[in-house]
Amino acid sequence: MGSHKITSRTPGVFYHRPSPDADPYVTTGASVAEGDTVGLVEVMKTFHEVKADAAGTVSAFLVENEDEVTIGQDLVELET
Amino acid sequence: MTIRVQDPGLETTVQDTGRLGYYSIGFPPSGALDSFAYHVGNALVGNEPGAAALEAVYLGPTLEFTQDTVIAVTGADIPAFVDGEEIPLWESVAVSAGSVLSFGQLRAGARPYVAVAGGIDVPLYYGSRSTYTLVGIGGFQGRALRAGDELAIGSDARDPKAGRRLNPSDVPVHPSTAEVHLLVGLHSYRLTEDSLARFTDTEWKVTPDANRVGYRFRGAELEFVPREQPFGAGSDPANVTDCGYPVGSVQVPGGVEPIVLLQDAVTGGGYATLGTVVSVDRDRLAQTKTGDKTRFVPVDLDGALEVRRDRHAALDRIRSALS
Repeated sequence: MGSHKITSRTPGVFYHRPSPDADPYVTTGASVAEGDTVGLVEVMKTFHEVKADAAGTVSAFLVENEDEVTIGQDLVELET
Repeated sequence: MTIRVQDPGLETTVQDTGRLGYYSIGFPPSGALDSFAYHVGNALVGNEPGAAALEAVYLGPTLEFTQDTVIAVTGADIPAFVDGEEIPLWESVAVSAGSVLSFGQLRAGARPYVAVAGGIDVPLYYGSRSTYTLVGIGGFQGRALRAGDELAIGSDARDPKAGRRLNPSDVPVHPSTAEVHLLVGLHSYRLTEDSLARFTDTEWKVTPDANRVGYRFRGAELEFVPREQPFGAGSDPANVTDCGYPVGSVQVPGGVEPIVLLQDAVTGGGYATLGTVVSVDRDRLAQTKTGDKTRFVPVDLDGALEVRRDRHAALDRIRSALS
């Protein structure tokens, strides 16, 4: 068991869900495959999907919904 | 001879020096936001000034070349790779048919440029190949690139050659606090003296609303001098009777979150313009990203002209050194 952090590739605003009324992409405890979408970062009025770059179980969100994030910032922690 | 877009990045567009002469009918110039990086890229690959190049932001595109050619990546500090091998920035590089250019995670700056020998061959629209995405004109089908697009490359490169390199002392650095010169004016009288001083004393943070139209900042609140609402002006204290907005001009709707207009500017409106960023310093703004800081350093008209002259002289010197 190791841990892996998914980082942001763009600056912007982080969202847990695809739209305000939708369910979150993933919640703590969920298992994700590599390439699964785990959140969105909005910048310049465009939405960029954050993809898991490893498979594992979501152990923590390291940013809140609607937090401003920077490039390289840790977003989601996985148990791998 | 084409470039195949495997992955477009976040928003990659075809840009050149811009569509000049139509501002009065509501057409902003568009064109490369960082004109220095754009011009140096063309000089490196041996293009005539004005050849169209690609401008990306935050995330570089992944591009496949279908024929041998020469490219240069300039602008932001970002790892760039040809077939997985990192290539130097600010230097012309030979690529072979089938080669793939890709990018890693941005280190500093915001916008990488890709210049290609011969330039990107899209139709001229009102004298320019620049993309203006808001109304869908120019560039490649009036829009940002998408996966699967095939871009034609022009054949009129003057002197393509690998291994041309910008002198390292001429490579711009991208500090996380950018300083840009501001010519105060047009409606600066609308701000209280304190607020005008606060504007130039504040380190403004770039918000997520920062694109080719303009950059929005946060950092302080500004107050306007009380006045009687003039005929034709809106009721917000930041309103004036409508006027043209210079490219680079600064408006402060509601006294919060100043906006600096860039190459895809809104051409006019009813907000007080408290100053204008010197044209060549817009390059520096274009290389700041959401979360970075910017300071506005006041300059008078002579000072602004000098900043511009110095930049043009530097570009002339660089062009002749690379030719």
